[in-house]
Amino acid sequence: MKTYTLGIDVGSTTVKTVVCDELGTILHSAYQRHFSKVKETVAAQLESILEKFPDAMLSAAMTGSAGLGLANAAEIPFVQEVHAAFLAVKSCYPQADTVIELGGEDAKIIFLTGGVEQRMNGSCAGGTGAFIDQMATLLGITADELDEASLRAKRTYPIASRCGVFAKSDIQPLLNQGAAREDIAASIYRAVVDQTVAGLAQGREIKGNVLFLGGPLSFQLGLRRAFMDTLGLTEEQAFFPEQAPVFVALGSALYAKESKLSAKSAQELLSMVQNAQAASEVVTGDCLFQSREEYTEFVERHKRHDLQYADLHTCEGDAYLGIDSGSTTTKLVLITEDGKLLYSHYASNEGQPLDKIAEQLKTIYREKNPNLRIRSSAVTGYGEDLIRAGLSVDHGIVETVAHFKAASFFCPDVDFIIDIGGQDIKCFKIKNGAIDSIMLNEACSSGCGSFIQTFAMALGYDIEEFSKMGLFAQHPVELGSRCTVFMNSSVKQAQKDGATVEDISAGLSASIIKNAIYKVIRAKSVEELGKNIVVQGGTFLNDAVLRCFEREIGRHVIRPAVSGLMGAFGAALYAKEKAQESPSLLIAPSELQNFSYTSKNIRCGGCTANCLLNVIRFSDGGKFISGNRCEKGAGITKPSEVPDLYSYKYDSLFRIVSEQPKNPRATVGIPMVLSFYEQLPFWYTLFNELGFAVEISGESDRKVYFKGQHTIPSDTVCYPAKIAHGHIETLLEKGVDFIFWPCMSYNIEEPDTDNHFNCPVVAYYPELMKANHKELNNDNFVYPYMDLNRPKNVINVMKRTLAKYNVGGKIPAAVDAAYKSLDEFRRNMADKAQEVIRQARMEGRKIIVLAGRPYHLDKEINHGIHKLLTSLGLAVVTEESVSALGSMPELRVLNQWTYHSRLYRAAEYVSTQPDMQLVQLVSFGCGIDAITTDEVRSILESRGKLYTQLKIDEINNLGAAKIRLRSLLAAMGGKE
Amino acid sequence: MAEYAKFTEEMKKTHTILVPNMLPIHFKLIIRILEAYGYHCELLESESKTVVEEGLKNVHNDTCYPCLLVVGQFMEALKSGKYDPNRTALLITQTGGGCRASNYIHLLRKCVSETFPQVPVVSLNFSGLEKDSGFRMTVPITLKCLYGVLYGDMLMTIYNQCRPYELIRGSSEKCLLKWQKKLDTLFKENKFTNTKKIYKEILDDFAKIERSSVPKIKVGIVGEIYVKYSPLANNHLEDFLLSEGCEPVVPLFLEFILYWAVNKLNDASLYDAKTAATPLFKAAYKTIYHKQKEFISAIKKHGVFEAPHDFEHLRKIGQQYIGQGVSMGEGWLIPSEMGALAESGTENIICTQPFGCLPNHIVAKGMSRAVKERYPNANIIAIDYDPGATRVNQENRIKLMLANAKASRK
Repeated sequence: MKTYTLGIDVGSTTVKTVVCDELGTILHSAYQRHFSKVKETVAAQLESILEKFPDAMLSAAMTGSAGLGLANAAEIPFVQEVHAAFLAVKSCYPQADTVIELGGEDAKIIFLTGGVEQRMNGSCAGGTGAFIDQMATLLGITADELDEASLRAKRTYPIASRCGVFAKSDIQPLLNQGAAREDIAASIYRAVVDQTVAGLAQGREIKGNVLFLGGPLSFQLGLRRAFMDTLGLTEEQAFFPEQAPVFVALGSALYAKESKLSAKSAQELLSMVQNAQAASEVVTGDCLFQSREEYTEFVERHKRHDLQYADLHTCEGDAYLGIDSGSTTTKLVLITEDGKLLYSHYASNEGQPLDKIAEQLKTIYREKNPNLRIRSSAVTGYGEDLIRAGLSVDHGIVETVAHFKAASFFCPDVDFIIDIGGQDIKCFKIKNGAIDSIMLNEACSSGCGSFIQTFAMALGYDIEEFSKMGLFAQHPVELGSRCTVFMNSSVKQAQKDGATVEDISAGLSASIIKNAIYKVIRAKSVEELGKNIVVQGGTFLNDAVLRCFEREIGRHVIRPAVSGLMGAFGAALYAKEKAQESPSLLIAPSELQNFSYTSKNIRCGGCTANCLLNVIRFSDGGKFISGNRCEKGAGITKPSEVPDLYSYKYDSLFRIVSEQPKNPRATVGIPMVLSFYEQLPFWYTLFNELGFAVEISGESDRKVYFKGQHTIPSDTVCYPAKIAHGHIETLLEKGVDFIFWPCMSYNIEEPDTDNHFNCPVVAYYPELMKANHKELNNDNFVYPYMDLNRPKNVINVMKRTLAKYNVGGKIPAAVDAAYKSLDEFRRNMADKAQEVIRQARMEGRKIIVLAGRPYHLDKEINHGIHKLLTSLGLAVVTEESVSALGSMPELRVLNQWTYHSRLYRAAEYVSTQPDMQLVQLVSFGCGIDAITTDEVRSILESRGKLYTQLKIDEINNLGAAKIRLRSLLAAMGGKE
Repeated sequence: MAEYAKFTEEMKKTHTILVPNMLPIHFKLIIRILEAYGYHCELLESESKTVVEEGLKNVHNDTCYPCLLVVGQFMEALKSGKYDPNRTALLITQTGGGCRASNYIHLLRKCVSETFPQVPVVSLNFSGLEKDSGFRMTVPITLKCLYGVLYGDMLMTIYNQCRPYELIRGSSEKCLLKWQKKLDTLFKENKFTNTKKIYKEILDDFAKIERSSVPKIKVGIVGEIYVKYSPLANNHLEDFLLSEGCEPVVPLFLEFILYWAVNKLNDASLYDAKTAATPLFKAAYKTIYHKQKEFISAIKKHGVFEAPHDFEHLRKIGQQYIGQGVSMGEGWLIPSEMGALAESGTENIICTQPFGCLPNHIVAKGMSRAVKERYPNANIIAIDYDPGATRVNQENRIKLMLANAKASRK
């Protein structure tokens, strides 16, 4: 009787088995998707092994991210998958230095030479096979097509690589702006590579011979190429083993051999797997519907909220067109004077919204009664500007207002609207007939429609079928309410524990609702939501989602039958309102026949930002420019005159380092990061007075970030901290004598506070920098601890710090001058703020206090949001320039951080000024803002002001910010 | 700061004080001590899914996991109907400092007051915060609690060294329970001060447990204080490690107290900010440090079990990686513990942290490379805990670390 080894690899999406002889030669291998039927798939593969080797004894081990539960239950030895890969590599490719493996949901890296190290992605990281699948879905193509497209790319765009949700928000605008799909495909691969390099290698260089493993890398040529290009590998250095898909299974067979696991017959193994009873850890909830009758009653109740219909072919008279060019879908309606629905369209825009809408218009023109006249048209959504420009739509309307208009049509006294679409969740409260407060989902918690769709596809179902499956699930699983990446592993766990697809479907519906209520709305009670709730958006067409919502809030809501079309319907109603006597400007049938456009990318060059512009030229000679952050890029040469303290402060700050001593003692390098955005005047003056030349690292841009990316040890820290790594590189390149960056537990004290700390990141980031950058040492990186509230302490510390330069005697005077310089700078900003406010009032402009931290002044961090504000005609001031004018409101939290205490007072001040509103900038990952945002919101809202929060990260997409700010404008108008 | 229900003297008689269970062994001792002073306390041990749900509902979801769990546990208890809100108070520890943790009590008050305005939230602190409360940490109570921590640490340390090796299942736990009971009595009868004698008795008793001599892989647990100790937060990490055939090595809770005391001294000297209280802190630090030395020498003298590292030595180790000014959260203590564990042969280290913990960017993920440079065999892994992180994911990563550990042992 032969004894073989058997390796079973149960991944998140596939099952792989390998049978080897004593020499390690592969006798049999299989690779199969399991569609969450893990046990069955493993059993099936064992059966075919039994057939092929009926008499063999198998020494078996199991591996894989989804294999642990089954291995335990079946009592088959388990080996961690990265370790299994390690064993296989050592045996088959001893010459490899590094192994990179991308799986369905995991990314792993093994360093073999120079200290073995095995790493895998943390709990918050995309950039894996599932990510690529998601992105392909977004583009409306298969993963194979994506791969093919990528090979034809001409250029790549920067796409956030950290997590799928982020990447989506980068890709969406590219799609909507008509960027070439080939280029986007290549950019997606580029993002995956960046994620692997930055997130996994974390400062360790990937070099030598690299072995690539895992499904995506064995099937996708474009991805291979992207890795080789980025890592600078030659053909000889990059290995793509033929047995890559089953490589880990092979490792697990080797493990069985190495550990001398006792051999069993295939039959025995098969029955061990078949009889395995996974211990269930899944928490389950109640069924959505107890009976068919209950469901029927539910359906009947919601049927009442339907529109009336009219026939496009026969109807005559005036009609109004509404278009909602959303992030993934295009919605379009045509209604009659009395609101009857003539035509509607709802479909994926497949990344080409302009073409899709033009097609629909052609259909309408062709089908409609000749005596039906489109009297007016309006467009809303992400693609608003593009569609307006391309198809001469009469009016544009902010999404939120469009939704409100549509909701009021169905429920005139609506006081709460929740819209869950493909990519966003939007909620607004209505007070006195106007939008009172808006809540949008943050970039990190998009548990929206496309999320269920992706899951449905991953499990091998179509979305409608999948969501219906949940309606009568016996034991809906509890999946938590976090972002997609986490949800993947919750689903994985549930599958492992034997949950059915039905249970998972119902569980996903519930988690979408929990995400919306607890993460986006953050409601504590139903009363808070309001009495008359309208739910809409394509996701609510899913009865399971609707049922979960009603159940979670314990009351009935209104779901219009045109739930998915509400934005377009609202736009149509708006078009009707705005209709003029003159005919609609909408593109005529004849022009539409010849309609076409070309798209190309150019660099703006109007300023140092060098925005990448996407220029679309239409067949009628018109053009549409996007990608610009200010008016300059849009071809408007006259710069904006709207007063803006952000630009003023930024320019003043960068002008500070002007004079340098003639024969400097040494050159001090100062990174323009974090607290230096406030303290630069202090440190420049101090060093200048002491006869040192000061060299600052300069302005930030994305290149600076990439330059330092490889030394970032924690990929979830905020962007302002991450970008600091690039500034340190710049200073090292500049060859300064030493870099100076003090550690400070305390910041400068603000009045009426409990304490005046820095946040831990601002306080101690120099420590992290020193520990993670090989080129930094005690001579070239100086980071003393001090407290700026204690001049004596500063003098003592600086005396010690600069001891070797013999400037001790001059330090007290220099410190004194430094304080004066800082005071002067701050006073100057406060004065200028008054000037901005005066000018704005003279011109009748509204004023926005754009409130964040000093370092939010960095244009790579704020992405030019202040320019977006001025382009909307709003004057902008900073929080610290006005905070002294407010008094400290009563707080419910500990007021112990300097930067944050300014927010509270600035908010209080804003609430006393009728023509001001506050917009809070929040860096993603800022834990402290989890506390401040609720507080600032309550200060503003309790005093009748609106609260607007903009979350910012490395994503360079102002689409969401624009919607929020325009909604704010609309709401401000409504309040008056 | 807004006004909230206060804990008055009279409430001592009428109210049950609910306490979250951060350190299962220690807190059981401490609430008995408080009981002896007339405070009726009850430990919250619920781990139901409602805990997380209530947490998600009541605090901002980006708030750290420990806060979410503590608030969730309290809200679950109050809503369960088991406690009369008119006769219930909540107790929460408050450390102060630049970390978000200083705000737990305020966030808790904020949400408790919305549903149960009459329920007072009591602060347990040693920094003189909240002086107007009827709950007073007098010198005798504080001192007694300190002894509670010492005995708790002794039980935890020795129990962890016995349990993986016990030949008769449950014998270590039996011994632990016996001593928990015995210590309750000793505290009640005020016979707890003879540490030498009591330590010896504890050590003797545990030494009697029959143990295997086959060495197991040691895994150190460091990290954010709540997640590190609380099984609710770390998904029963110690049990998991045991089931994987490892010996969990958990540093003393006393270290955290010493860390806080010494930070006061560090700040005073770093920032030239000595105050009248500085000598008092110095004296307190010296006293507690002395207690730790006694603790260590008792174990060494007894000779059966391994003694934990000395705190002054720990400080020295830490300074190789990070300045002692890093005092927010667990600050420099985390890299120090990682270094000390690696130095003493526990090269496999799990750093437990709440997802998005700010100080841990610096002191945990930010320092592990530096520790690894000094100890190339150090096998350090950071595990994030939060309501969305699943056990499968966490355990898979720990298994990877253990596979490394096993491979390097060969």
